[in-house]
Amino acid sequence: MVRILAALVGIFFSGMMLLSFLWGAVAYVGSPPEATVEHEFHEHPKKVAWTFDGPFGYYDKQQLQRGFQVYTEVCSACHSLHQVAFRSLEALGYNEAEIKAIAKARQVPSVDAATGEPSTREGAPADHFPLVYPNDVAAAAANNNAIPPDLSLMAKARHDGANYIHSLLTGFQNQPAELLKKFPDSKTPEGLHYNPYFANLNLAMAPPLTAEGQVTYGEGQPKPTVDQMAQDVAAFLMWTAEPNMEARKATGRAVVIFLIVATVLAFLSYRNIWAGKAH
Amino acid sequence: MSFPWAEHYTPKNPLMKWVDEKLPLPRLVYNAVGAGYPVPRNLNFFWNFGVLAGLALTIQLVTGIILAMHYAANAGIAFDSVEHIMRDVNAGWLLRYAHANGASIFFIVVYIHIFRGLYFGSYKAPREMVWLLGVVIFLLMMATAFMGYVLPWGQMSFWGAQVITGLFAAIPVVGEPIQTWLLGGFAPGNAALNRFFSLHYLLPFVIAGVIVLHIWALHIPGSSNPTGVEVKGPQDTVPFHPYYTAKDGFGAGVFLIVFALLVFFGPNMLGHPDNYIQANPMSTPAHIVPEWYFWPFYAILRAFTMDLTIPFTGIVLIPAKLLGVMAMFSSILLLFFLPWIDTSPVRSGKYRPLFRKFFILLIIDVVILGYCGGAPAEEPYVMISQLAAAYYFAHFLIILPIIASIERPDPLPGSITEAVLAKAHSTGDEAEPVAAAAE
Repeated sequence: MVRILAALVGIFFSGMMLLSFLWGAVAYVGSPPEATVEHEFHEHPKKVAWTFDGPFGYYDKQQLQRGFQVYTEVCSACHSLHQVAFRSLEALGYNEAEIKAIAKARQVPSVDAATGEPSTREGAPADHFPLVYPNDVAAAAANNNAIPPDLSLMAKARHDGANYIHSLLTGFQNQPAELLKKFPDSKTPEGLHYNPYFANLNLAMAPPLTAEGQVTYGEGQPKPTVDQMAQDVAAFLMWTAEPNMEARKATGRAVVIFLIVATVLAFLSYRNIWAGKAH
Repeated sequence: MSFPWAEHYTPKNPLMKWVDEKLPLPRLVYNAVGAGYPVPRNLNFFWNFGVLAGLALTIQLVTGIILAMHYAANAGIAFDSVEHIMRDVNAGWLLRYAHANGASIFFIVVYIHIFRGLYFGSYKAPREMVWLLGVVIFLLMMATAFMGYVLPWGQMSFWGAQVITGLFAAIPVVGEPIQTWLLGGFAPGNAALNRFFSLHYLLPFVIAGVIVLHIWALHIPGSSNPTGVEVKGPQDTVPFHPYYTAKDGFGAGVFLIVFALLVFFGPNMLGHPDNYIQANPMSTPAHIVPEWYFWPFYAILRAFTMDLTIPFTGIVLIPAKLLGVMAMFSSILLLFFLPWIDTSPVRSGKYRPLFRKFFILLIIDVVILGYCGGAPAEEPYVMISQLAAAYYFAHFLIILPIIASIERPDPLPGSITEAVLAKAHSTGDEAEPVAAAAE
């Protein structure tokens, strides 16, 4: 009885699937799905050799400081970093006085001690980076209806995050003529900017890094080309997204070595106990 | 509940003697995982995965309980509280990555455990109850994992909750009220997050309880083995301790190495980047996908694109969405009936040449389903999943009983010991020929 019912259920589901497949295949052959402009022109991020790649990866503090400088002078006009506390900038090699100065330069929300009215005060190391706009409505109103996302986790919130950020920042270009010929309706709308690394090819952000030397790097640092600045800020955002990466990998190396030794010992004791016992 | 030759617990230490008289817990442990449990001597490494699943559950319980001390189940701050754990809690990043990847490795282990059972016929009499309880554990795991994925309150958390509870909305008439009741609102929100957190904390302990029943039921007939031939005498078994504790110790080491590589060197490899974006009811992700371990079932769900209609009338009997939901639940629930669907008296796939071919096909089929479930819902993936889903149902519900009736199994060994010695002989490893012959 069970087998008869099972067979009926099986015939029903498998039959439905085969019918759907035939139906779909006929439709597919009859009118193949049209290629979309995203399918044809979207590009995967370019690979950069990062210091933080691989099991021995580390953050280059000089690079993170340069990236922080790019963030401060360029990105922070629109993008917040609200998961990050000023105190954690210690990991970039800043000392206490420098961190205090960085925090002090920013106003954080507060309450007026005398009146109880909302107000602001100078930041302290324990504060997080303040929001750029008080809320999403204000952010959208100031940016042609697009909300600049918080960047704290950006390097983990996109596939291949650090490479993606670098490619996106250096990927702004004019729409290829070939694209317009093939997809005449896909002209980049007014107020948007073509970028093949962005999921739907047109993004609201105008190219933020436009000219060499836009940010002035200190003595002994590499030349601030657009590519260099993009790499530096991508590395910095990798750090904001994954500040404990160095501790994680160092712990991981020790744990794996320990486990390999323990497993070899466990294997030997297994062999020892089973010695002479065919199995 | 054991073989007559099982060793008996005799406490040597006066304290243990005293405890054993008042509460025979040491005796229970001794008979469950100590020298008091005789186990077939020929288990291969696939038999490690039961213990490994227990280890994975333990890791999840320990990391999860500590995470709950720092996590805030409130839609307004849940996302930030997870970042607080990642940044400010001592070793919080380790706890969270271990817990998130622990779920993945738990499913990897359990899938190997299930396919071990499928290949070696562990579901057959007299172990049907072990199998049934195992399927219950699997269902509880799926519910727990789904609710756990909602807790970080990222984009995939929110939209996953929307899609999965939306499955119930496919039920005619009462569907939408059921979805609203499950969520505590019309869309996932604070009410849903809180109840999911509560249940996510509860269900692992229910799983632990069912595991006790699973092991209890296993210990009545004793463990199965790769030949599928039942234990015939003391020469066929070895005491669980030290033989299998040692073997499981080695297995646990390998398991932990794989787990550590994942946690420390690729903690986000199996996750979806969109879950690092805070939940936003106003913005739907381009592709909503569940965690990888649900992909085969998700592929079956989405494969149903055609309503069931009465031909030439256009009257819809069952809409495609409901069919998909029915098929997805059936794909798991059919496992409950497996002991009575596969009637072959031979347990082990080792001696079933025809079954073995179809079994390999099933593994390939499930991998294809998994791949399609993770891919966007567009052609050719939908058509491929339709073919794969057709085979999935046909395999369990149609092909297995047919194989059972037409297959001519290979000759079975007379006993476990005979099989072991034949293998030792053929590999030139004759460690105990005389002793075994004497037995």
